[in-house]
Amino acid sequence: MSAQLRTPLKIALGLGSARSGAHHFMVQRITAVALIGLGLWIVWIALEMLHMDYAAARALIARPLNAVLMISFVIASFWHAQLGLQVVIEDYVHTRWLELASQIAIKFICFLGAAASVLAIIRIALASGPLGS
Amino acid sequence: MPDTARPLSPHISIYRWQIQMVTSIVHRGTGIFLALGLLLVAWALIALASGPDAFAKVTAFSSSWLGLVLLLGWVWSLAFHFLNGIRHLLQDLGLGYAPATFVRNGWIVTIGSFVLTALVWACVLAQRGGA
Repeated sequence: MSAQLRTPLKIALGLGSARSGAHHFMVQRITAVALIGLGLWIVWIALEMLHMDYAAARALIARPLNAVLMISFVIASFWHAQLGLQVVIEDYVHTRWLELASQIAIKFICFLGAAASVLAIIRIALASGPLGS
Repeated sequence: MPDTARPLSPHISIYRWQIQMVTSIVHRGTGIFLALGLLLVAWALIALASGPDAFAKVTAFSSSWLGLVLLLGWVWSLAFHFLNGIRHLLQDLGLGYAPATFVRNGWIVTIGSFVLTALVWACVLAQRGGA
């Protein structure tokens, strides 16, 4: 491996296209476009929640439109974060095992974060009050 | 240890610092920081679903000095990543590549990020004063 001075791209050239080269690029841009609107919305929601107590904050997220937008926000943002962090790791982590471990860890953390957030939003939207009350 | 022995150009230490490379580096830096902020969003949502006691912990953290410094950082990071992200999308359409325009847009994004941060924080302070 250390004697290999040709880049992986040079070695791969001529093997043909996997026809998925632009997928990462496209999804990163599509989630970015979605996050222009959702990003402005999340700032508005955060400012609204500042002066609210627990019940009012919960009722705000429970409104169907807000719940749907919040689910869209956490999915788009965790997805966008995973794609962006993936590129940073690809560019700067040159030790193979560490790169692989961080890429998998980032994917797991982002998926779990999104899944847990979506479940929380669904619980808020469907329950009339906090569990146990 | 890196797995390859390919030489790396000493770019950071050689190039004169200019707005083009600063906005590029800061876009990545703010992106990494915002990814950490997403974990706080997830924590807040989980706490909101769990009950008042759990949510009180989020509120306490957000109003502590560490929480406020982090929130200020996240607001600025979001403002910068938001504006520079729009600039990147326009560049993907082939716009804004003339050197003078590129430099000008870099400054618009940088100054704009501080203006947006001030606007959001003004809303926060106005609400705190009014409440």
